[in-house]
Amino acid sequence: MDELTKNLRIEMLRKMMLIRAFEEQAEKLYMKNLVHGTMHLSVGEEAVAVGAIFALDKIDYITSTHRGHGHMIAKGGDIRLMFAEFLGKETGYCKGRGGSMHIANFTLGDLGANGVVSPSIAIGTGAALALKMQKSQGIVLSIFGDGASNEGFFYESLNMAKIWNLPIVFLCENNMYAMSASIKRFIPTADIADKAKAFGMPGVVVDGMDVISVYEAVKAAVKNARNGEGPTLIEAKTYRYKGHSKSDLNLYRTKEEIEEWKKKDPINTFIEKLKSSNELNDEMYGFIQDEVAKNIEEGVKFAIESPEPSLDTIQKYVYAEEGERK
Amino acid sequence: MSIITYKDAIRQAMVEKMREDKRVFIMGEDIGVYGGAFGVTMGMLEEFGPERIVETPMSEAGFTGVAVGAAIMGMRPVLEIMFSDFLTFSAEQIINQAAKIRFMTGGQIKVPIVIRAPQGSGTGAAAQHSQNIEGWFLNIPGLKIVVPSNPYDAKGLLKSSIEDNNPIIFLEHKLLYNLKGEVPEDDYRVPIGKSNVVKEGKDVTIVATSIMVNRSLEAAKSLESEGISCELIDPRTIKPLDLEPIIRSVKKTHRLLVVYEGCKTGGIGGEIASRIAESEAFFYLDAPIFRLGGLDIPIPYSRNLESHAVPQLNNILDEVRNIVKETWYA
Repeated sequence: MDELTKNLRIEMLRKMMLIRAFEEQAEKLYMKNLVHGTMHLSVGEEAVAVGAIFALDKIDYITSTHRGHGHMIAKGGDIRLMFAEFLGKETGYCKGRGGSMHIANFTLGDLGANGVVSPSIAIGTGAALALKMQKSQGIVLSIFGDGASNEGFFYESLNMAKIWNLPIVFLCENNMYAMSASIKRFIPTADIADKAKAFGMPGVVVDGMDVISVYEAVKAAVKNARNGEGPTLIEAKTYRYKGHSKSDLNLYRTKEEIEEWKKKDPINTFIEKLKSSNELNDEMYGFIQDEVAKNIEEGVKFAIESPEPSLDTIQKYVYAEEGERK
Repeated sequence: MSIITYKDAIRQAMVEKMREDKRVFIMGEDIGVYGGAFGVTMGMLEEFGPERIVETPMSEAGFTGVAVGAAIMGMRPVLEIMFSDFLTFSAEQIINQAAKIRFMTGGQIKVPIVIRAPQGSGTGAAAQHSQNIEGWFLNIPGLKIVVPSNPYDAKGLLKSSIEDNNPIIFLEHKLLYNLKGEVPEDDYRVPIGKSNVVKEGKDVTIVATSIMVNRSLEAAKSLESEGISCELIDPRTIKPLDLEPIIRSVKKTHRLLVVYEGCKTGGIGGEIASRIAESEAFFYLDAPIFRLGGLDIPIPYSRNLESHAVPQLNNILDEVRNIVKETWYA
């Protein structure tokens, strides 16, 4: 195993730990009534965000979901600006106008979380069309959930992406439930990836609790997309430990089911794997833990100390003022 | 000056902008060899090829979203929605995405999209292909709504729309596609958000949109012989609405009639009437403000029923006479 790969693996672990710590801290801030509104936590799903986004280049773009904190962190999101956005501060990524559900940063290549399930699949497809028209080498990773695969945008977008041979990878982060709706009740095919057949594109199922499996599957699909070989649908099977949102009483699933999935925890299993291959020791693990805790602490401090948006800016950003002529 | 049709004016605006700006592309159903359902894009495929005249499957919702994605990546898509009635499919992408992305992201990005869509009744296509939808998107912040009534405005406004950095609903009236008018040979623009005083007058102000501008002008000319002098204003863009010329006019004429094709309830008529009622022009009014809109019914199929569903020349004549002769509650 070469050094680069080892470094990359350690970085993957650090990002997954950062995402989990971020989500847990976000929940605490919510409990303290510092976060206005709701939020959708991705605890348990870290391997999908990190595995998939580590398979991208800097020139690539993602579209994310309402459960998108992990995606943004994996794409290089600044923890301070993310917490500031959650707290509705002027220093947040969206100047406190978007919050958790609409967080985006175009410079990072994160075209945005989305408060509505599925329209982002079409938006990502359009971004891929633009990249093709601009003769860019970049590709788009369109991330969405199992629920979105039942919406019309999914079908229309995959169809267009295939007929136009666009540089895009569709990644379905299947966490088994659309709010309370189990895939067992609402998806008739064995796998969501089976739906790829309808569009004549490859459909790949991957273990979404294993960061390396996700990375490898997405890496292969990205390579095809970049080489002009068209889109792929990847389904990563994962699990959300926490409720859908803050109103969830977990009435639709059992504690046993949740515990069963936790045995496959993406972070714990990866730590074990790295330790058994001697890529990680206790000292290094402790160092990463401290670093993550420090990042979170700094982020929260920055957010709390940041100013609120000024009331006299309430009508800003509704319209772009200047036109453009070329 | 040359005399061209409204349809040709729209095509010219797109062609000239596409020659000038490589980021502009056209997207829609049957817009290639077929030339679009109303022939607006006829011949464009030959000049620009399939990379820039992007024909889509029947996926209005999906391809409107594709346009949003392309726009946030720096392209300038111009969509053709075959009938404005089908904007119901596109509504999610227009209302929750295109109109809000700039705001939700704290001004990080622009969403320059023009959504062209033919609207209006008079073709016998009945309830699902004949609506005037001007009112549908009026209360969505982030959008602009453009409603040209003649070839000159259509070309000048479409160029301004393509250069605008916001999502724009550009509503063309089907019955106007073959209307001819003078259009300058040289490059010009009609700015978004500027009303046009079509005809000056002193007894009553008529504000009309889209095809109702043409019907109201005919009415105004005819009423001259009865000694009634109408001032006619075409807002040209209903969002943003350029109110000042209307206020000035009402202060002069003391009477206001708003004529529009869409259903009377919840349309542009109510918006203009209430803005004038709130303005300083209120104190100059000698009569109630009247709205002459379409009936609150779906557009019927039968020829006679259809023509009675929306304001016609005789309805405008009667309404103006009632207002001026103060027989409004008679």
